[in-house]
Amino acid sequence: MMNSTNILREDASDPFAGERLKVSYFHDRVKVLNLREAWSSWNGFKFADYYYDVDYEYFCIRNTCGTYDICPMQKYLVEGEDALPMLNRMVTRDLNKLRDNRVTYVAWCTDSGRLIDDGTVFRLGENRYLLTCGSPCLAWLRKSAFGFANVEVTDATEDYAALSLQGPTSFAVLQRMGLEGVAALKPFDIGHFPFMGGSLMVSRTGFTGDLGYELWIEPELALPFWDALYAAGADFGIQPYGESATNMARLEAGFIMPYMEFNEALKTVNFEYDQTPFELDLGWLVDFKKPHFNGRAALLEQKRNGPKVLLTKLNIEGNKPAEESILYSDKNCSREIGYVTSAMWSPAVKANIALAMIDTAALKGEIWAEIYYQRELRHHHKVVRCTIQSKPFWSPDRARLTPPGLV
Amino acid sequence: MADQDTIIIGGGHNGLICSIVLARAGQRVTVLEAGPNLGGMAAEREFHPGFKSALAQTLYAMPRSLIHELDLAAHGLEFASEPLPIKPLSVTGTPQSVAASSLQGADGDDTAAYPKYVAMLAKFAAALAPFWERTMPRVGATGASDLMTFGKLGLKLRLLGKEDMLEFFRVATLPMRDLLDEYFSDDRLKAALCWDALVGSQMAPRSPNQAVLTLLNRMAGKDAGQHIVPKGGMSGLVRALENAAVQAGVTIRTDCTVKSVQIEGDQHGQRCSGVELESGELLLSDRVVSSADPQTTFLNLVGAQHLEIEFTNRIRRLRNKGYVARVHLALSGLPAFQGLETPEGRLIIAPTMDSIEFAWDAAKYGELPEAPVMEVLIPSLQEPNLAPQGQHVLAANVMYVPHDLKSGWTPESRAELLNTVLIELTRYAPGIQDLVISSELLTPQDLAAQYRTINGHWHHCEPAIDQLLMMRPTYEAAQYATPISGLYLCGAGCHPAGDVSGNPGRNAAKEILA
Repeated sequence: MMNSTNILREDASDPFAGERLKVSYFHDRVKVLNLREAWSSWNGFKFADYYYDVDYEYFCIRNTCGTYDICPMQKYLVEGEDALPMLNRMVTRDLNKLRDNRVTYVAWCTDSGRLIDDGTVFRLGENRYLLTCGSPCLAWLRKSAFGFANVEVTDATEDYAALSLQGPTSFAVLQRMGLEGVAALKPFDIGHFPFMGGSLMVSRTGFTGDLGYELWIEPELALPFWDALYAAGADFGIQPYGESATNMARLEAGFIMPYMEFNEALKTVNFEYDQTPFELDLGWLVDFKKPHFNGRAALLEQKRNGPKVLLTKLNIEGNKPAEESILYSDKNCSREIGYVTSAMWSPAVKANIALAMIDTAALKGEIWAEIYYQRELRHHHKVVRCTIQSKPFWSPDRARLTPPGLV
Repeated sequence: MADQDTIIIGGGHNGLICSIVLARAGQRVTVLEAGPNLGGMAAEREFHPGFKSALAQTLYAMPRSLIHELDLAAHGLEFASEPLPIKPLSVTGTPQSVAASSLQGADGDDTAAYPKYVAMLAKFAAALAPFWERTMPRVGATGASDLMTFGKLGLKLRLLGKEDMLEFFRVATLPMRDLLDEYFSDDRLKAALCWDALVGSQMAPRSPNQAVLTLLNRMAGKDAGQHIVPKGGMSGLVRALENAAVQAGVTIRTDCTVKSVQIEGDQHGQRCSGVELESGELLLSDRVVSSADPQTTFLNLVGAQHLEIEFTNRIRRLRNKGYVARVHLALSGLPAFQGLETPEGRLIIAPTMDSIEFAWDAAKYGELPEAPVMEVLIPSLQEPNLAPQGQHVLAANVMYVPHDLKSGWTPESRAELLNTVLIELTRYAPGIQDLVISSELLTPQDLAAQYRTINGHWHHCEPAIDQLLMMRPTYEAAQYATPISGLYLCGAGCHPAGDVSGNPGRNAAKEILA
């Protein structure tokens, strides 16, 4: 694939081109659609916080479908005979179980079992894996690859133009595009489809907890692909959505977000201000049947002793989002037991939901949230009851059904 | 079913000492040595027919207590000579000779300062001695025994008295140059007194770090760090260790190269289960103790896939480039050095501390020194068996010679270095070139190949403050145990450090038995 740095800048003749944010392969389309010019940045890319209206975009994800530009997401190819042992030592899950054209969600930790990042591993073939994650990870991958003779790690972030297509009509759109066989893709499956002389990779993955796919194509075909997708999606309510709507959808699905639920261990300064998978309620990602993986001894010790804090899903009384709330064991707020990491009023489940980090010892008792809110410049606060929810807030059957239903 | 309780990789002095202590405690121990001879860097080898030498030629850092504990005298260890004096060579000046108790050939002020200097160092060396003979506490540990160790060490220093304790803290990490400038004025003397703080390391007189600490470590040895040749040369020591090991029931196998440490793993984690030899033979044991350098042990014998990632990268980054070359000359007769009646002793060719510094300056940029500095010994004077009758062996430790020579080690660069060394020797010993029957150069790369020590470092890894004490070779492997259950270290890469001190081997055994 091409070295594409140049085409990722809007104007190479700009004397500040190297200083400006890079733009995605879909920029020519998304810039037209970003009616509010609501740009933020992700990994050095100009990136839409939202395009038109956050709630509108959120409802596209839940009711029709939307595309989320994942060009800035970090992508690494890990190849060679030692790719599997190298990755398998790095992540806490057992990748020996991963078959060709399958994806799995993984986490990786420091020697002390603190979470560095989470992401997905695509098994593209024997000795060929694609790792995706939110933040740059090349240095850690190189460190992890040291000592393995036959493994090559390549930053492939700019080798793919990628879109996440999420929502109940997402399957119908791909069907309409004529992707023969896409119906057979089960969650976490990968399919390959011819597209304009190139190859389109489709994985049934996403970050919304809903039916959805991630679509991967070579950068040269990015715009024709966008056009074909949007043409096929016109009757199915396809719209772009940005970071804010993603954040709503992922919270309903119970997925963690860096710098919300966890602080990346390698960037954490204060002692144990980072988290372990057990603290993040991701113990199911840690496979102690594997004789060795990074952080195993530390994580085993934590498993035996039990984590001191636990990321917990909360249903909260009332309709005021408990953003940044401190949690208490009593209504008088006399004893702090934790804090909310993410919170929202969930339109899909009609509930006031939150993820919160709570002292494990306090989980059996009462949980109260102190919520600050504003009404026409007047500040108010209230203390409301929280109840623990064990299942994801949002987990529709359609997300798992194969073949998916046509809406 | 394991055939032995413990397998020890490497039959150098540390491996042998570890084996003796374990076997005497009732363990069935097998020592595996890759080479044909035991002794590691202290093993004698023939570099020319009839001429032999060992890399380590003298004993200085081994504590008296260890020699007694191992009862080496009963196993044949004898000392052939008095401690060897240091002789700072000069082409024209008065001959000088430095012994522990006295200084000859220097001016009045330096002569008067010398006992004060030695007394100061001896006091500190004695206070630190217990450091070297015990396992270091774990970083961040709050267990009783770890705290006790800290407490004892602190107490020892406190007992020096306030003034001496503060002086210790001041000098412990002082560059050698500053310390010597405080006490002495004679350039040649100061250069020679630097030597034992620097040799084998990546430090020069001006290097801040802990050259003084290295010196104090060496001074904790028998006879306050003075160099003594055992009877029979270093082979005498090696034979005594071998005798002690065999008598304790240790099985010793030579020409037996370990290819890998076997790690077995299941849902309960990983543990060491034995070793595989180059021959393909598998030897089972729940405990393996490696005297190989830490990089060889972890990266080559164990493999990164069994280790933690950050730990692996700390091992990868260990500073372990060797900077000492060895030159051996087979001589048809005894060379005459200017101003010396006899070339007995450790002859130092380094006219000034600057000359040492300049040699280091070249080496640190990957170049050969224009005027190498060196320590010359004629071990056949003490141990005539090293050469045919009437003939002699000259061995020179040449500093600083980079492991990674920028221009690469080629026949030309080797010839250039050997030639420079011979020219330098000829200045001090005119006519020596006519006595040379054969010569051998061992660059740090050659030492690495010869002794299976990555990068040819005398001490397996640099004995500097970042790689000493509870950081040697790195935390999580600094108490002889390693992150792999059943795998231990016992070589020079462990606390306290290299030289033929035997402390790592003994400390490791004690830790295993604890």
